[in-house]
Amino acid sequence: MAEMGLADLHHRVVETEATVRGYERGLVELAERGVDVLVMDADLGAAGGTGEFRKRFPDRFMEFGLSEQDMLGTAAGLAQAGHVVFVTAHGMLAAANAWDVIRSTICTASLKVVVCGIDAGFSSGGDGCARQSLEDVAVMRALPGMTVIVPVDAVEARKATVAAARIPGPVYVRFATSRTPVVTTDMTPFTVGQGAVYRQGEDATVMACGVMVYEALRAARQLEDGGLSVRVVNCPTIKPLDRAIVNRAAVETGALVTAEEGSTIGGLGGAVAEALAQSPRPSPLRIMGIEDRFGESGDHEQLLSHFGLSAREIVSSVKDVVARKRAIAAGTDAGGTT
Amino acid sequence: MSPTSSELREIAKIVRRDVLTMVLEAGSGHVGGSLSCADILVALYWQVLRIRPERPTWEDRDRFVLSKAHAAPALYAALARRGYFEMRDLLTFRKLKSKLQGTPDPHRTAGVDVSVGSQGEGLSIANGIAVSARRAGKGFRVYCLLGDGELQEGQVWEAALTAAHLKLDSVCAIVDRNGLMGAGATDEIAALGPLADKWRAFNWRVSEVDGHDLDQLTAAFTEASSVKGQPAVIIANTVKGKGVPFMEGKVEWHDRKLTVDVYEEAMKALT
Repeated sequence: MAEMGLADLHHRVVETEATVRGYERGLVELAERGVDVLVMDADLGAAGGTGEFRKRFPDRFMEFGLSEQDMLGTAAGLAQAGHVVFVTAHGMLAAANAWDVIRSTICTASLKVVVCGIDAGFSSGGDGCARQSLEDVAVMRALPGMTVIVPVDAVEARKATVAAARIPGPVYVRFATSRTPVVTTDMTPFTVGQGAVYRQGEDATVMACGVMVYEALRAARQLEDGGLSVRVVNCPTIKPLDRAIVNRAAVETGALVTAEEGSTIGGLGGAVAEALAQSPRPSPLRIMGIEDRFGESGDHEQLLSHFGLSAREIVSSVKDVVARKRAIAAGTDAGGTT
Repeated sequence: MSPTSSELREIAKIVRRDVLTMVLEAGSGHVGGSLSCADILVALYWQVLRIRPERPTWEDRDRFVLSKAHAAPALYAALARRGYFEMRDLLTFRKLKSKLQGTPDPHRTAGVDVSVGSQGEGLSIANGIAVSARRAGKGFRVYCLLGDGELQEGQVWEAALTAAHLKLDSVCAIVDRNGLMGAGATDEIAALGPLADKWRAFNWRVSEVDGHDLDQLTAAFTEASSVKGQPAVIIANTVKGKGVPFMEGKVEWHDRKLTVDVYEEAMKALT
């Protein structure tokens, strides 16, 4: 894994950091590089990751208070004048409350606004279901021309922030506020629109994004002990999806699992299913995520495990798709257990 | 070289005729709300806005946001009459591959600055444009035409707070106060009054005029541009369907297909 530029995950204690901290460093880096970036925030304070930026570049920062729709609309007005506007909003408020503004005034005109969804997934844990953004990826992905990115860790979050400023048209990036395992380093490649193979394998592929990549790597190691060789792909760009990497996974491993901290409807799993249905080798797929339900209060890590998003569950999903692949090959597949 | 009051009235009549022709040709479209704001658009495009139709993207031009996007026919008629594109384009309104979409699209139509469509979103965009102008040290102004029905959208009042908080004195909102919306009278659906007091309470400079009196409109725009340190709103009292007596004040002409008979009768009223 060293040549992949991945962090050493063999340590007993893995380093963790909230991905929103990568957002914070990325914003400062952009301004330092002289990019004409403006940052807006809707009352997220320290949680939103704009603290360092607003301290260093106060004339490039606007606090909007609790008015997400107006903030996104104002961002549209600024973007049409050529500014690169980063809008910091609670993930679900950006995706739901302000979705129509994003659709009707930003996306229809393909304006360069980067919508940064904070408190992604279960990361605001204790706040409960109202504040947990589990459907944000699905609704943002449905918007024509919208790029959707879910960084794997704080290191990639910084790279994604910097890269987002160069993407033409609107972008949605989601950031977690609770600590996430750091699996990459500054050397790990990151390109918008591309997935990256973090571990080679032939029996099945796990495609994951965000915190689930770490769980997938753990699962792959456990499965290796059981004799299964599992490919792990980090897929931070949900849209446009890296269809080539899906096709290769289908042709070369013939069985796929997707894992994400979000709804199983319309997110990474949905995108991979759409690609897979048109791939040269349609293959059994198991979509892991939150299955058509709302979240509930709890600690982030507990919630992931409570909703079946852990290495242990990935292990059983991989075994399931591999069994189905073998049953299909033997002509005895009965439709799987999903 | 500014047109006289009687010339402006004549232009407004022509714009209204264009609206009817477009809606007849398209087989659909919003006549009532287009006719109610025709005089406001004529005041803007012939008297107020600093624009160069031969250079639609001239950097220092004043900007216009049609927040009440369903009045697109009136905007397109004004733009065509000002020379942004050819008159015959008006006949393609609402048709496949047309430059003239049902709601304004900056990618397709010369002279359209921003994409609007959903109610209540335009004033925020106008604020953003005004902030960008301030940052760039540009002196242009931003005008935003709102329907009175769309004032029911909460985002309008978020934007009203923002404009006043940021002291955006280059922003001028105009409310086309015709009192009717798709489902009926605005005041029966969700009463807006006292409307001027609401804007004043949000710290806006308010003036109220007869929205069909071009002299009053022009004077109100001049006054609005002299206000410093706060945004200005002009409440223009108008009549839905103005200019066509049998459409005036009738909610059913909010959005109705025109027959040739109705069209001819309406055109007669506008000669």
